[in-house]
Amino acid sequence: MALLEVEELQTHFFTSAGIVRAVDGVSYTVEEGETVAVVGESGCGKSVSALSILRLIPWPPGRIVGGSIRFMGRDLLGLSDAEIRQVRGRDIGMVFQEPMTSLNPVLTIGRQLTEPLEAHLDKNDQQARERALELLRLVGISDPQRRLGQYPHHLSGGMRQRVMIAMALACEPKLIIADEPTTALDVTIQAQILELMKDLTQRLGVALVIITHNLGVVARYADRVNVMYAGRIIETGSARDIYHDPRHPYTLALLRSVPRLDQPRRARLDPVEGQPPDLTRLDGGCPFRPRCRYAIQRCATDYPPLMETGPGHRSACWRKDDLEPPLRKAS
Amino acid sequence: MATTSEIRVEAAFEEFERPRWRVSGIWQFARRQPLGAAGGIIVIIMILAALFADVLAPYDPVANDFMAMSEAPSWTHPLGTDQFGRDLLSRIIYGARTALFVGFVAAFVGGTAGLILGVTSAYFGGLFDLVFQRVMDVFMAFPLVIMALAVVAILGKGTENVILAILIPFIPRCARVVRSSALSIREMPYVDAARALGYRHHRIILRHMIPNVTAPFLIMLTAFVGQAILLEASLSYLGLGVQEPTPAWGLMLQGGAEEYAESAPWMPIFPGIAISLAVFGFNLFGDAIRDTLDPRLRAR
Repeated sequence: MALLEVEELQTHFFTSAGIVRAVDGVSYTVEEGETVAVVGESGCGKSVSALSILRLIPWPPGRIVGGSIRFMGRDLLGLSDAEIRQVRGRDIGMVFQEPMTSLNPVLTIGRQLTEPLEAHLDKNDQQARERALELLRLVGISDPQRRLGQYPHHLSGGMRQRVMIAMALACEPKLIIADEPTTALDVTIQAQILELMKDLTQRLGVALVIITHNLGVVARYADRVNVMYAGRIIETGSARDIYHDPRHPYTLALLRSVPRLDQPRRARLDPVEGQPPDLTRLDGGCPFRPRCRYAIQRCATDYPPLMETGPGHRSACWRKDDLEPPLRKAS
Repeated sequence: MATTSEIRVEAAFEEFERPRWRVSGIWQFARRQPLGAAGGIIVIIMILAALFADVLAPYDPVANDFMAMSEAPSWTHPLGTDQFGRDLLSRIIYGARTALFVGFVAAFVGGTAGLILGVTSAYFGGLFDLVFQRVMDVFMAFPLVIMALAVVAILGKGTENVILAILIPFIPRCARVVRSSALSIREMPYVDAARALGYRHHRIILRHMIPNVTAPFLIMLTAFVGQAILLEASLSYLGLGVQEPTPAWGLMLQGGAEEYAESAPWMPIFPGIAISLAVFGFNLFGDAIRDTLDPRLRAR
């Protein structure tokens, strides 16, 4: 049994402009200790799918309208409010995108680290404080004793993100969901934070769902990759499959739009032309069709399901076997 | 793993910004906000007068002295006496006790109730917020004095009822202001983060949101103390507030103004000055605190 099983998840937002199908039938699994990346451009539903796992979608306007989410065999969508609160922070930790604003500016670091321990594990002050020190050491923060009394504005962005990771790890969760954990950080710090997360999840045996639009992150840190487009997973496979043998035109286009050090400098970058589709007006066909250079007649009428292209590698494209390889010769 | 040298660099950077105000904070406040400091001094004098009234007051504030009725200010009675021969200075000093007690209790209780209700309303939002705000609108529709009059008329006189009458109209005013700041706090990622950590609603409201709205709350609170003192004086003046022979400024003003304004002007003038000074002091102090706490208004 997988640690997390998401099946046909549908999260819709009911707005005055119509129903936004932000997540429209997403299925994936996360095994224990595994790192899964969810990749896609802004507005493709990757954050919403992650927030749905913890039922953090604000209603109104958003609501999970279909599918199931099973975590360690329990159906998270069927839990009461009190039960899901027990899962949040305790079984599943979350790291947010903005370390600058994800820590409460008026509470000390120590307070924010000890609070989940008090709320979930009923630790007393002394125990919680010791655990907080241990956590700060774990995430590589120097002089933890002093940090406990400091406020978030005393820390740099990288250190705040380390504190966020420490908070997510506080109750020894089985799974951590990281929603673009490095997007707001300097490039030099990004690598540190990612290395830290990889190292800690491996050492502590925690599974990690990492949401990102950065393909570089995916290549190095993920065991498995789900590429999302317009609320659905359009390709899934190992990081190696996705990088060296993409089987969906969108994945291919993404890879070609990123500069690579292993390519000649004159190699041309191809932006993905056009705009992502309006999620209130999806027809029955493939949503990537208007931007796709491989589109055929069938794409307009039938939505392609995820089809096997290799062991553990599936793609939702009718022409998955006709694509070019991702690397081209310099022009 | 991140190298320790990089962490040291981060740590070194952060040494640049250390909390700047400690003991010199008060001095800096006085220099930047001279008016506020003056208000603060008035407030402190009032508090001291209230605390040490027993020591400071030369006479018993309720003792009649029929040998010295309606005496003009003199060396024995610096502010004169009233028609029962009670020493006005002593009564004003003791009156500070009544005024501050009513002022602080009403402002604090009313303000705190408004704080909790306002943040709760903003946190839950939706229909609850809508209904709650309309109820607050109804309360706000009454002018402060009319509302207080209604409460006293229903509950009767006496110091506790006066406090209640004053604090009820404060609740919607505080709730309204606090709610507007709390609405922006609710959208902050750290509130989402608190929800993602599985905290209960009351924990998020009390521990995570309320500390973030203390600045507007404190400003409201200082303004409320001044208003409450004025309201208490008004109610006492109208005969609906504190009852004789308790020394209260509004009561003294009323007792003096009706019959003795011409023949013995010191009787209404000194309590009137005390009321004005107190309200003035709290308002100046409150304004200065607002300017100091609000970084946009802080002169650099």
